[in-house]
Amino acid sequence: MFDTLARNFDQIFILLRDWLVSFLPAGMRPVAGIVLSVATIVALFPGLFALTTIFERKGLGRIQNRIGPNRVGPFGLLQPVADGIKSLTKEDIVPVSANAAIHFLAPLVLVVAVFMGFAVLPMGRNMVLVDMDCALLFYFAMGASTELAVFMAGWSSRNKYSLLGAMRAVAQMISYEVVLLLSSVAVVMITGSLSLTKIVAAQDQYTGIFPHWYIFTPWGLAGFVMYAIAATAETNRSPFDLPEGESELVAGYHTEYSGFKFALFFLGEYLAMFSISGLGSTLFLGGWSAPFSFLQWVPSWIWFFSKLMLSIFVFIWMRGTLPRLRQDQLMNFAWKFVLPFTIFNLMVTALWRFMGEGWLRWVVCSALLAAAYGIMARVSMRREHFEPRSYRYAE
Amino acid sequence: MSPVFYLVAALTLGGALTAVVLKNTVHCALALTAAFAGLALLFLGLDAQFAGFAQILVYIGAVAILVVFAILLTRGSETPQGSVYSRYSISGLVAAAAVFAVLGWAVLQSAHMLPNEQAVPMADVHDIGVALMGRYVLPLEILAVLLTAATIGAVIVALHEKEDAK
Repeated sequence: MFDTLARNFDQIFILLRDWLVSFLPAGMRPVAGIVLSVATIVALFPGLFALTTIFERKGLGRIQNRIGPNRVGPFGLLQPVADGIKSLTKEDIVPVSANAAIHFLAPLVLVVAVFMGFAVLPMGRNMVLVDMDCALLFYFAMGASTELAVFMAGWSSRNKYSLLGAMRAVAQMISYEVVLLLSSVAVVMITGSLSLTKIVAAQDQYTGIFPHWYIFTPWGLAGFVMYAIAATAETNRSPFDLPEGESELVAGYHTEYSGFKFALFFLGEYLAMFSISGLGSTLFLGGWSAPFSFLQWVPSWIWFFSKLMLSIFVFIWMRGTLPRLRQDQLMNFAWKFVLPFTIFNLMVTALWRFMGEGWLRWVVCSALLAAAYGIMARVSMRREHFEPRSYRYAE
Repeated sequence: MSPVFYLVAALTLGGALTAVVLKNTVHCALALTAAFAGLALLFLGLDAQFAGFAQILVYIGAVAILVVFAILLTRGSETPQGSVYSRYSISGLVAAAAVFAVLGWAVLQSAHMLPNEQAVPMADVHDIGVALMGRYVLPLEILAVLLTAATIGAVIVALHEKEDAK
């Protein structure tokens, strides 16, 4: 009795969709099912975005010893509605010298490319829009397309701050995309598949009460940390928010956007955060699987969205804690520390794969990773000279 | 030959043609990106998922960005005033037509030469991986060495400039 109830609750969205579709003639059912799923995704994540903006403003307020927005609605909870109406009714200004067509296309390309990524994320048991064989490759292909949108926005605005912001954004995204891909390759090597549903299924097993999540292995932990760094940089979040650093570049590549187009950029940024957190939890945190075997009765989609919101909370926490990096620090960090360490992690993963079961591989892999981290940190610190800096272009 | 094929073909050809005709170099690069996207969609239409997504990842995610960066950093982004057509455009057109004719002839001939295979060859990611690491491992490694050499070459070119600046 309790089992069936839990199972039905787990599949509630699938059952609901099938029930709604069953009113239609048989020929239209497959198409209607797909349209309904797409509409749900397109409605759900912007709703989550509205919630997250108030969550972020309140959270940042607490971190900075203020109260945050508290005027609209109870506890200021209706603030996103006010913000939405404001951005919809604002005048849409296109600069005279701007390249109108590309200026118009850029936000659309960005939001569409970001939305495509959600198509392959398994958000619960059986809850994936397209279960394809190379889902991970599809996700990264769509992620790569957003870079061009950022460039289009910056270039078409004919504004030096926009162009500088776009150049910074693209350079940063290309550098960290390599790390993002390589840290995910470790998971693919162990699972033996690019399919995200198979990756989750491989982690949905338990030893005692503990799950087989990849983050609980040495290579998985290292890979997850590298993935998290790269994901933060890829979504242009603090401390990697140089492309839109307010104190330097006004607002970076979307300086010349107003009204709803600006809201689209804002939406695109948060959607990218959601989708990259979703991918991170799918790859390393077991996706929709429960953290303990006795909690499996809780619906799988609750676990997925809890992990997603937890990652968002960490994003906000970091934004309130860390100062912004300088451009050279950003690049040095990517190419001299994160990338070599990720490649080393790939080798350790291969070792883990071929050492077979047993405690020995835990010791060897952990020791190798810890030693590599220690040596690399020591070497790069020795290269640092703490003396007054001189800037080539600032004198 | 479904309507989708004709739409995608129109996008690809239109993008490629626009890339040649437009004056502004950045516009050309973006039009070329549209052609790349059309090509990726053609791959997907043929059920070649891996090739299609790799096309998007490499050509739209990396090559297009590289092209655009190169245009911006070499100050080629200003729109030229006069005509963009060179004096040799006729001979270029003839050469392009000749190459196209040879390619078209080769493609049309090859259809008869191939043994009768199944209508839709299935190639999933696993098969591609096994083929790359097994039968085609030597070409793959040679390509890897070539690309590494090219990267090192690029770094050396960039290094020289920095030493001069000091």
